[in-house]
Amino acid sequence: MSPLTAFTNGIYKENPIFRLVLGLCPTIAVSLAVSNGIGMGLAATFVLVGSNLIISLLRKLIPSEIRIPCFIVVIATFVTIVDLTMEAYLPQLHQVLGVFVPLIVVNCIILARAEAFASKNGPGASIMDGLGMGLGFTLALAAISIIREPLGTGVIFAAPDLGFDGIRLFPAEYAASVVTQPVGGFIIFGLLLGLVNLITMKKNDKHGC
Amino acid sequence: MRQLLVILFSQALVNNFMLSRILGTCPFIGVSQQVETATGMSLAVVFVMTVASAITWLVQNFILNPLNMVYLQTVSFILVIAALVQLIEMVIRKSSPSLYRALGIYLPLITTNCAVLGVAIINYQANYTLLESAVSGAAGGLGWALAIILFAAIRERQRLAPVPRAMQGFPIALVTTGLLAMAFLGFSGFDVARFVGL
Repeated sequence: MSPLTAFTNGIYKENPIFRLVLGLCPTIAVSLAVSNGIGMGLAATFVLVGSNLIISLLRKLIPSEIRIPCFIVVIATFVTIVDLTMEAYLPQLHQVLGVFVPLIVVNCIILARAEAFASKNGPGASIMDGLGMGLGFTLALAAISIIREPLGTGVIFAAPDLGFDGIRLFPAEYAASVVTQPVGGFIIFGLLLGLVNLITMKKNDKHGC
Repeated sequence: MRQLLVILFSQALVNNFMLSRILGTCPFIGVSQQVETATGMSLAVVFVMTVASAITWLVQNFILNPLNMVYLQTVSFILVIAALVQLIEMVIRKSSPSLYRALGIYLPLITTNCAVLGVAIINYQANYTLLESAVSGAAGGLGWALAIILFAAIRERQRLAPVPRAMQGFPIALVTTGLLAMAFLGFSGFDVARFVGL
């Protein structure tokens, strides 16, 4: 697989959230604000690229019987780097994402890419795959939070770490706070997933396959 | 004792791991086609969450804290949990073949269930004692079990319903989870401390 197809694959054709439906917990839990979604997405992208690179370099040294624990140690190392860096430089984002930062380690997308791609391909393609998958994850999180943030709070693009209060679209008293609850997350993500399925089906019908 | 009851009710109902904290979604949606498999999975989760809570507490307090290596928390917790799941699988296979037949296929999946690592970190952040951690793990597992068994029962009936083609599978499952979460929102007004008379 060429590096370019490895890159674009993750963004639409095998988008980790909308097509593979992996890593649901952070998707629903952090998609409350666009800045949280992008922060989470970039953190996961860093871990994906780093772990894909190391695992791809070590793929001939790791015995296949104990590959999963080895992958987990590599992934956990990168998660620790992200966790400590974020705590130091983006403390408010770290506070909001909370337990979901260390939990990147059990995000199925990362282990799935290590197992399905990085352990079988060279370092160059693996980096591109990690970038593509991470970007696909980030874009999907941004897409969900761009709906949830204004509906739930009336504000869009608020980023407390950057000192930006966001753009107020309508007064806070008209906001539906249920959207910021898990309830809204599950229902909105479910409907979006249905919409993506519908678009894919229409496209496939047109091509006649 | 009452403190433990507070932890039990708040972890199982008010802050339900699945429907309020959103931990463990993948197995929740993946293994909820039938009540029977959902029950098997939830037994395994309750068991692993309880044991993992206790073991990670020991690791935290006897290894990481004295050696000043708290920054290794994520790495060591996930390794301990992965090893623990393997160990439990081996012990059950030797000691109780019937239990192994019931739980066997679910156990390896649990390592990547974020509720297990999640409860370990939540216990650490809440500064629980060993006993409180174990109760918190068990309660979290029971709450998750309650959610998945209810959800599996709904999905069994849902199979007979005419769902639009684009909404079949994951989308309708997520919307249903949302409605279930709405029902559990009712518990957020539940004053646990007053209920147990604290």
